[in-house]
Amino acid sequence: MTSLQTMRIAGRALLRNKLRSFLTALGIIIGVGAVIAMVAIGDGAKSMVEQQFAAMGSNLLIIQSGSTTSGGSRGGFGSQPTLTWDDMAAIKREISAVKYVAPQLRANDQVLNEEQNWNTQINGTTPDFFLIRSWPMALGQPMSQADVDGATKTVVLGRTVVDKLYGPNADPVGQSVRIRNVPFLVVGVLAKKGQSASGQDYDDAVFIPSSTFQAKIQGGLKQYLKGVIIVSATGADATARAERQITALLKERHHLRNTTEDDFSIRNLAELANAQQEGTRTLTTLLASIAAVSLLVGGVGIMNIMLVSVTERTREIGLRMAVGARRADILYQFLVESLTLSIAGGVVGIATGLGVAQQLSTRFDWPLLIRPQVIFVAVGFSALVGVGFGLYPARKASRLDPIEALRFE
Amino acid sequence: MSTSGPAPAAVIDVEKVTKTYHTGDVDVQALRGVDLTIRKGEFVAVMGASGSGKSTLMNILGGLDYPTTGEYRLDGEPISRLDSDGLAAIRNRTLGFVFQSFNLLSRTSALDNVELPLLYADVPARERHKLALESLTRVGLADRIDHHPNQMSGGQQQRVAIARALVTQPKVILADEPTGNLDSETSIEVMILFQELWRAGITIVVVTHEPDVASFAERVVMMKDGRVKSDRRQDPRDARQALAEEVAQREREHAEEERHARGGHP
Repeated sequence: MTSLQTMRIAGRALLRNKLRSFLTALGIIIGVGAVIAMVAIGDGAKSMVEQQFAAMGSNLLIIQSGSTTSGGSRGGFGSQPTLTWDDMAAIKREISAVKYVAPQLRANDQVLNEEQNWNTQINGTTPDFFLIRSWPMALGQPMSQADVDGATKTVVLGRTVVDKLYGPNADPVGQSVRIRNVPFLVVGVLAKKGQSASGQDYDDAVFIPSSTFQAKIQGGLKQYLKGVIIVSATGADATARAERQITALLKERHHLRNTTEDDFSIRNLAELANAQQEGTRTLTTLLASIAAVSLLVGGVGIMNIMLVSVTERTREIGLRMAVGARRADILYQFLVESLTLSIAGGVVGIATGLGVAQQLSTRFDWPLLIRPQVIFVAVGFSALVGVGFGLYPARKASRLDPIEALRFE
Repeated sequence: MSTSGPAPAAVIDVEKVTKTYHTGDVDVQALRGVDLTIRKGEFVAVMGASGSGKSTLMNILGGLDYPTTGEYRLDGEPISRLDSDGLAAIRNRTLGFVFQSFNLLSRTSALDNVELPLLYADVPARERHKLALESLTRVGLADRIDHHPNQMSGGQQQRVAIARALVTQPKVILADEPTGNLDSETSIEVMILFQELWRAGITIVVVTHEPDVASFAERVVMMKDGRVKSDRRQDPRDARQALAEEVAQREREHAEEERHARGGHP
């Protein structure tokens, strides 16, 4: 008997019980659909996290001033400025694993033009900042080292600030805004960066030279850096080394013994990103395993129905044997039936899973990521389920004694 | 047999066949040494009470079971040396089965049912179709080829089953209580068909416990306690004539009832 005929016989048998065939395949549809949707969701979440960390800057370390203890109550990080501008210069000068270094001084204040005003984050920094954050300009120029050296009254605006003060798509380069009654010349507008993982708008900020910030916004002691130092390591593999080297350098510069608490802290965002990605990967694996279990349950459903079917069709099997079917013919017929159920279920399941993933990605504004190998694995797995769980009932059918089978009531 | 010319070849040749079933600790001897030769073109009825071994003999003749000892040659081929695939091929090509309960595939047309043995013989679709149609025409069901079993009477279903047995042009048709599920008139109609096939030269073996059915055969083999008790030839009763008698009898009874009814209510 040719395989085409076997397929036709199996197909006819399945169509004779349409509802039952559909319900049996439903187990596989749900299983495969769940696997596809879960993996797509996990991949989407992972790439979302990747994007968010990429937006923060690559290979990023953030150095903060440490805590101080006054009268027994310990302040949080940054409660007392301990980092100095000389520390920053030393890091830049001495640490080989560091590529760029920039200060980030922060204050919230009103920014005004002729018509509007807006409360936003004022940042004092240097040109390297934009390199560390890999943040290109949309219009105009970033501040220059000359601006920092000369403490010029220049400002680079984030997109949101431009929208609020000038309206969408306006070009404010060359105009002037006032911060604390000091007029600043707008030299550039940053490209839109979007939101951070915690929902903070990166574009709701303006940037002025750190020297100008110290003079006009911050005041106070000049030698201390009242903000954070952000550092980008030379590569993804260099962040841990940079962290170690900076720690050693600052301990030495601050005359700290190994036993005393550091008066600074370093946050390694690359490690945080890795941990986050590890987390989403674990989540994906977990979701996919749960989905795989439902696929397995679908397989058991196929086996169950095939066993019922074999019992129900015992006489048919006996008759087929009596008119000349070999045991192999019977085996293949039932195997093809379960395989058809599982593969058809798999194909419909893929479509369902993709639909669900599409819906969810639109809902949560995640990127829709479908790896083709996931689809191949899903089809392959459902075929495997069909053969695996179909084999026992098919063998049972093929080993029936034709005499007994024909006599079966 | 016939006095003119040599006797036809033996299609079925059973020699000292025994069959023992092992059920638990008890051995049941279903056949205790059966010798039986059936020649080409014979119409044989195998009779016997239940437990006489006739079903066991039938299973062995049909290549569904092996004898414990002894030899069974079907069309000259010793079947005890065949494996299960070999037996399947024999059942497919050399034998045609007719069962008491028809055993048609439900929700499947008469034509597809008749094509079934050809499917396992790897006959191409067009050829299959043609042969099945011929076979159904031969049993008088050319106008029922698209009917499903549940749309047909018992007699029609059994005729589809006979068409299915005929379609591979087998050497022997084995019928196991073919009229067991049919009323007496339909039974005789089926026997008319068997007699026609026999007259056309097909070897037929019918297993039955009904003497009426056996009366249409030319030879009756009586089984008892796993042995052949008697083996006699007879003048077969003509099935067409039997049907006419049956119909006349029914009409007489019908008239009688009518008369009684009229007598009861003048």
